[in-house]
Amino acid sequence: MSSRSSLKSKLVASPYLVWSVLFIVAPLIFVVYYSFTDASGAFTFENITALSKYAPTFLRSIWFGIEATIICLIIAFPLAYIISQKTEKVQRTMVMLVMLPMWMSFLIRTYSWMALLQDTGIINSLLGKIGIDPIHMINTEGAVILGMVYNFLPYMIMPIYSVMAKLDHSMVEACQDLGGNRLTVVRRCIIPMSMPGIVSGITMVFVPSVSTFYISQKLGGGSFDLIGDVIERQFQQSYNYNLGASLSLVLMVLILISMAVMNRFTGEDEEGMVI
Amino acid sequence: MKIVSKVYTFLVFLFLYAPILVMILFSFNSTSSTSVFSGFSLEWYKALAEDEATLRSLYNTIILAISSSAIATVLGTAAAVGIDKFKKGPVRSGVMAVTNIPMTNPEIVTGISMMLLFVFVGRLVSRDAVLGFGTMLIAHVTFNLPYVILNVLPKLRQTDRNLAEAAQDLGCKPVTAFFKVVLPSIMPGIITGMIMAFTLSLDDFIISYFTSGPGFQTLPIAIFSMTKKRVKPDMYALSAIIFVSILVLLILYNIAQSKSEEKTKKK
Repeated sequence: MSSRSSLKSKLVASPYLVWSVLFIVAPLIFVVYYSFTDASGAFTFENITALSKYAPTFLRSIWFGIEATIICLIIAFPLAYIISQKTEKVQRTMVMLVMLPMWMSFLIRTYSWMALLQDTGIINSLLGKIGIDPIHMINTEGAVILGMVYNFLPYMIMPIYSVMAKLDHSMVEACQDLGGNRLTVVRRCIIPMSMPGIVSGITMVFVPSVSTFYISQKLGGGSFDLIGDVIERQFQQSYNYNLGASLSLVLMVLILISMAVMNRFTGEDEEGMVI
Repeated sequence: MKIVSKVYTFLVFLFLYAPILVMILFSFNSTSSTSVFSGFSLEWYKALAEDEATLRSLYNTIILAISSSAIATVLGTAAAVGIDKFKKGPVRSGVMAVTNIPMTNPEIVTGISMMLLFVFVGRLVSRDAVLGFGTMLIAHVTFNLPYVILNVLPKLRQTDRNLAEAAQDLGCKPVTAFFKVVLPSIMPGIITGMIMAFTLSLDDFIISYFTSGPGFQTLPIAIFSMTKKRVKPDMYALSAIIFVSILVLLILYNIAQSKSEEKTKKK
């Protein structure tokens, strides 16, 4: 009786299993299939050999992604710590304020950065009022990185904060009692203990930064093509699905490798709660 | 040290809110410029009320978010209940690995992979305009599912298994036992998952961009095609309205939460 009812309750997962085969697994098989065929459907390595042309774009995407991730980490770590030291009520309000911008369309927010950064934009006209010459900011590498940091910073703050909020405070005190100065306490005690949050923050910022395609077009003015831009163009402008698929395949493998490397640092539970 | 941390917090929040403040400010601009403020007016709010295409896409976005999060919640909760019964082993880890794919894969890859599937099937049945509401709904349900499952699973693990058995011993049918005993105890996880799914669907641009057709536009897609040229400030006005309504909702939620906490403390 009990084994039969447990079989029945296993069966309620079957609609989802069918769904995930049809719409998660099958689409990925199509990415592989399109990567190794031409427009007529014949097998070819052409799309893969054509990739060497895009090596500089891949390298730039990875480099920008690393830069954005490091900057996010540097900004987020102290803020997460500051938030975790507040009273519960203040913590909740500050967390809400960190998450709130994410509910706004990232397209509009990125567009609004254009208005801020333009040569005749808001920041430069404010600078002009206090007698500083305009600084050229839009369409530079810095502007693209800024766009990434801006859009993905909450993804770094949240996981680090949620680990720090649960941190055992007596451990920190023990560390201080053992004679650690402020810096040692942070380096030998707080950083190692918040490592799981740091690692998931890094993946949550790195993956979207490497694969973004809108930010670079708007804030980089088209001169800093990233791999996401190239993929987007294959699907929405030149309709070369096969090349687009092979580019995506490489991007996916690249990210899987970097995630595997990151996961070596922590033995994370695969079924952990989201944030 | 205290002052340093206050200044630091202020600067980070200034950074996070600068573009939103700009957006709100310029929604009240009297000209259509988004960089020079020339005077206060409500012109763009009036223009928004008359902009049928934008309102239509807002309506589409909400319909899509409601239907996709509802489907994902039912499908995902059932999935979690089933997966919870799976024994630890290769099958369970395999299912969990597949479940994690839409969360860990870059959104652009999820988007194009589904587009390839839809286009391929569309060619098989020789229909050109296969992309539309249906394909977007499938895509949204797919990327919403892991968030529901991963919020419900931990709640199921916390639920005492003996409870359902006790209910059955007392004469409940398994289905009734589930709805009367298990469901209430996993409800918080289901609701969190549903809210997450709803907001993700509301805000999604990248996956929608690759799976939508000309017949069904959502707000993020309308904004995208607008930002290719110039954004009219009525879009700023709409964003300002959305921002303020979310802010109000969050504040109300916060107040409700701290009130219920005070109550439990008193007890």
